[in-house]
Amino acid sequence: MTSQDNTNSNAVLDLNNPDAVTLNIVLKGSWRLQDKLPPVETITRKLLSDPQLERISFSSDEVTNWDSGLLVFLSKLIGSCYEKKLQVITDGLPAGIRKLLDLAASSSDTKDTSRSSSNESLLSYIGNTTMDLVEGIPDALHFLGESLRSIARLVTRKAQYNRSDLFSIIQQVGPQALPIVSLISFLVGLILAYMGAVQLERFGAQIYVADLVGIAMVREVGALMAAIIMAGRTGAAYAAELGSMQVNEEIDAFKTLGISPMDYLVMPRLLALLLMMPLLSLYAGLVGVVAGIVVSVTVFDISAYEYYQQTLRALNFTYFAVGMMKGTLYGALIALSGCLRGMQCGRSAQAVGQATTSAVVTSIISIVIAASLTTIILQKLGI
Amino acid sequence: MNTINPDIRKKEAQAHITVTDLSMAYGNYVIQQDLNFSVNYGDIFIIMGGSGCGKTTLLKLLIGLKEPAAGDVYFDSDNYWKSGPEKQQELKQRFGVMFQSGALWSSMTLAENIALPLSEYMHLSATEVSDVVSYKLALVGLAGHEEYYPSELSGGMKKRASLARAMALDPEILFLDEPGAGLDPISARRLDDLILELRDSLGTTIVIVTHELASMFVIGNNSVFLDAESRTMIATGDPKELRDESSDPRVKSFLTRGEQ
Repeated sequence: MTSQDNTNSNAVLDLNNPDAVTLNIVLKGSWRLQDKLPPVETITRKLLSDPQLERISFSSDEVTNWDSGLLVFLSKLIGSCYEKKLQVITDGLPAGIRKLLDLAASSSDTKDTSRSSSNESLLSYIGNTTMDLVEGIPDALHFLGESLRSIARLVTRKAQYNRSDLFSIIQQVGPQALPIVSLISFLVGLILAYMGAVQLERFGAQIYVADLVGIAMVREVGALMAAIIMAGRTGAAYAAELGSMQVNEEIDAFKTLGISPMDYLVMPRLLALLLMMPLLSLYAGLVGVVAGIVVSVTVFDISAYEYYQQTLRALNFTYFAVGMMKGTLYGALIALSGCLRGMQCGRSAQAVGQATTSAVVTSIISIVIAASLTTIILQKLGI
Repeated sequence: MNTINPDIRKKEAQAHITVTDLSMAYGNYVIQQDLNFSVNYGDIFIIMGGSGCGKTTLLKLLIGLKEPAAGDVYFDSDNYWKSGPEKQQELKQRFGVMFQSGALWSSMTLAENIALPLSEYMHLSATEVSDVVSYKLALVGLAGHEEYYPSELSGGMKKRASLARAMALDPEILFLDEPGAGLDPISARRLDDLILELRDSLGTTIVIVTHELASMFVIGNNSVFLDAESRTMIATGDPKELRDESSDPRVKSFLTRGEQ
């Protein structure tokens, strides 16, 4: 006769052998999840070490409390008994426990529906991500094509869309974005002017800070800053709006009515950004120039008039045109990424979050690539 | 015979929708295959089966949202998936869909929701549109709710508003995805009555995805039973007859809540 007493816990487990082929498991005390339960291995080791055993039985008269803790313990134990082809006599267990064990056993009989856990290695992760990226390219191109067709339908006045929708989107992406665009471009202009002036001071060429700030802000940085703000502000909003419409089957409702979601939802959003982004870029550039004046006047003793004259000499129409053109391009990229991710969104709340994140990432990456490419191309062309 | 003609609608026992050898799959995973059934003019046709057997997917195939892996869907003699985009567009105008979640456009009022299909396809004046909208809302018991946004409505009201939108263009066929789900017994019963009245008064063919037994016995007169295990249909016919006479234990057990 063996006896193992677990004195540290409230749950007490005793083992005894009423005959040579039977192991009787005596449960005593409180068997709840928060009690310190003995590990099942105490018994399974015993089962392994005694090859003569044919069946196990239970006595549970002295169990004071039990909950899922005891059930989990027992179902693990019974599971390993079945593996070892031992007979399990549950008569000694309370009726409630017997019923619950039967219930759990019957549902685990149903066909295996559990998914293989995705425990992928770094290499397969990199591989899968690359495959996903490559597989995404045709979708993106298809979306681009659809957008172009939608614009063509707009031009030929065949597109179905809501004019008041277009105006409210323009309102959202244009005038309502002014405060944040003003703040960011003012601060960027400020930094640019300050850093520039400190360096130029060494050569006594401080006045050229007007050229530096003017050209940089109007030609490149204004559009870039406006684009990055709009990617976070509007691109994300587009993805979230269209994504949650996808979740609510609202986009399906458009399709079944034969109304193209491209015309009705994507095109007004694209159009709004195409119209507003050049203006925002121009505005951001000008706010940057104002910041330059403020720094020069307050910190570096350059008069506002002098600065203004120098800026006029530095800037020409091409710089404005380049800045606005870049802004338009960035606007298209933001709208397309936002709408693409929104339309591709899955049907859950989590998917909307992923679509939004992915829209911002896609827009910012494509903006940076486009900014570099256009700068290089324009440089080569001598513009 | 593509025009909406009330005389045509009365031709009972003539197939309105015919499905032949239809298979549906997500990628390589086949959900259902070899589906063959037809829905007659004026039928209230139930698509039933256990959870996850592909009822809603079948509905998506019928309303043109998802392409079948194989097989055909005919509306009268027009093969939907073999038709060009213009023909598909034309066919789509002949049916109305009420989605499981209602799918009302959340940025629009109820009136705008119902007016949108009207203004897209009918050449009506603003007054005419608003008259039709009010009439459709009254039909589903939502008179006076024109200026409400979907988020301001209860679940049952959303469903009814969605039904009003589905009926905006006086469709020949109405597709309803789980109309009674999430409704209290009385609202569900009212919706059933409404569906019956629509069929009786307008002759609309109605296809319903549901597993509400009480409702399907009251309104359904034809059905298809999809089985998840064998991935095909295992019965078709009047749900009441299937309940009383089917020899298939799976159908019998489903229709009697597993009591027999």
